[in-house]
Amino acid sequence: MRRYKGLTIFSVIVFSFLIIPLVIIVVTAFGTEKTIAFPIKGFTFSWFQVALSSKSFKNAFFLSFKVAMIATLMALLIGIPAAYALSRYSLKGKKLLKSFFLSPTIVPGIVVGYSLFLFIVIKLKMPVFEGLLLGHFLVVLPYVIRVVGGALEQFDFSIEEVAWSLGCNKWLAFFKIVLPNISSGIISSFLLAFINSFNNIPVSMFLTGPGIVTLPNTLMSYVEYNYDPTVSAISVMLMLATIIIMFIVEKTLGISALAK
Amino acid sequence: MKNKIPYLFLLPGIVLLLFFLFLPLVSVLWPTIFPDGLSLSAYIAFFKDEYYMEILMRTMRIAVIATIVCAIMGVPTAYFISRCSKKWKGILIAVSIFPMLTNSVVRSFAWINILGKNGVINKVLLAMGLIKQPVGMLYTEFSVLMGTIYLFLPIMIMTLVGVMDNIDNDLMEAAESLGANKMRSFLKVVLPLSIPGVITGAVLVFTGALTAYTTPQLLGGNKSLVLSTFIYQRAMTLNDWTGAGVIAFVMIVITLVVMKVLNALATRLDRRGENHA
Repeated sequence: MRRYKGLTIFSVIVFSFLIIPLVIIVVTAFGTEKTIAFPIKGFTFSWFQVALSSKSFKNAFFLSFKVAMIATLMALLIGIPAAYALSRYSLKGKKLLKSFFLSPTIVPGIVVGYSLFLFIVIKLKMPVFEGLLLGHFLVVLPYVIRVVGGALEQFDFSIEEVAWSLGCNKWLAFFKIVLPNISSGIISSFLLAFINSFNNIPVSMFLTGPGIVTLPNTLMSYVEYNYDPTVSAISVMLMLATIIIMFIVEKTLGISALAK
Repeated sequence: MKNKIPYLFLLPGIVLLLFFLFLPLVSVLWPTIFPDGLSLSAYIAFFKDEYYMEILMRTMRIAVIATIVCAIMGVPTAYFISRCSKKWKGILIAVSIFPMLTNSVVRSFAWINILGKNGVINKVLLAMGLIKQPVGMLYTEFSVLMGTIYLFLPIMIMTLVGVMDNIDNDLMEAAESLGANKMRSFLKVVLPLSIPGVITGAVLVFTGALTAYTTPQLLGGNKSLVLSTFIYQRAMTLNDWTGAGVIAFVMIVITLVVMKVLNALATRLDRRGENHA
């Protein structure tokens, strides 16, 4: 590559802008003072202990994990056949159908949560948890449609037809031929959906109840009323988990699988 | 029989979307248009109220400025990434994706640490003797803007890297061999070719910034409300469900209009490019 000095300097500044704020968090997580201070005066792991022994954070983590897992599996179960139908068959109003399946992206998350709260919790008197689950399902469904749909665009359907002509029935062909060929698309849509559900806040804002507050929402209300390094410690643990996921993805699918 | 299969595959999704997205949405928006008989009074009241307009304008201003700044920062950076060696490219893409996968509470919290009264900037300024009292930078439009730019810059960069990869290096060399300096060939060759990518990125950044909740809540609070935090306040604190419905509708309409207009623009530019080719 030929050198562009100005371009290099500009990019270094941009990357510093992206990284330094997160580095500051990491440093403050190890500070000994009761409020967040940068630079830190002493070094301690005690904020990690505080974070890990907090019951509300632990419960919130398990709730978020459960919601993200169920919502993602629901989205895969419903999204994969839909994406298959949308790319395999020439349907009437295909374009409209596709934008219908992607429509949750047009509705702001806070509105999705608010309307589900009024409809499910207030009107139908259903438990908050169901509403929360549905909200997260709606938000992650477009990821499955888009990413699995993209993988299916690359798939040569004549392979499937060969299987049919050799006497394989359509269901078996779908499971034995189509699914294995789009498996990397399925895995990356699973990861994207899971991460986005796990991180989502606006959808869950209205859908909270006793014992039902997701981890990011717990963290958010903690940040609003406290200024101690517990939050930094939790942030560091979340970032660590993200790095581990990214590392595994890089070794298997390639990192660009997460940039969709 | 043959034609039934695809619809069978689509049916569960259609039913769930109708029942849990569209029906709830209609039940929220309907009372704002038909309180008892067709009436736009709720909307007229919204657009006449100075306080509401201030919030709407602030939201639009933040979304527009954040989009422009992300584009200005993103275009050269994405170009830089696309011209790096394979190893560096991988590293820099990972550095750009990492914030995208980090929780938005964490990313907003980072800016509390930087802009707060006890934050890094105030400490530096105090130590340098430039100020005597810490300056309050949090809960302002500025802090929301900074947080929003920080939130969406990676999306702009990642959208643009794909576009930049397709720009032929020979074009730059040709421009330079014909006498253009580096800056000029960048502005005249790379920039025009990246415009469709910028528009795609702008749609994502603008609609994201318009509807973001976490960052304006943590960095703007009640002092610098935007539409999404205003919905929550209307509905939860004031129990004004019609008001919240009106704001919801306004947000959806703006999102749709911006998407349509910018996508149409991108398509037109693409077609123009094809004609030239």
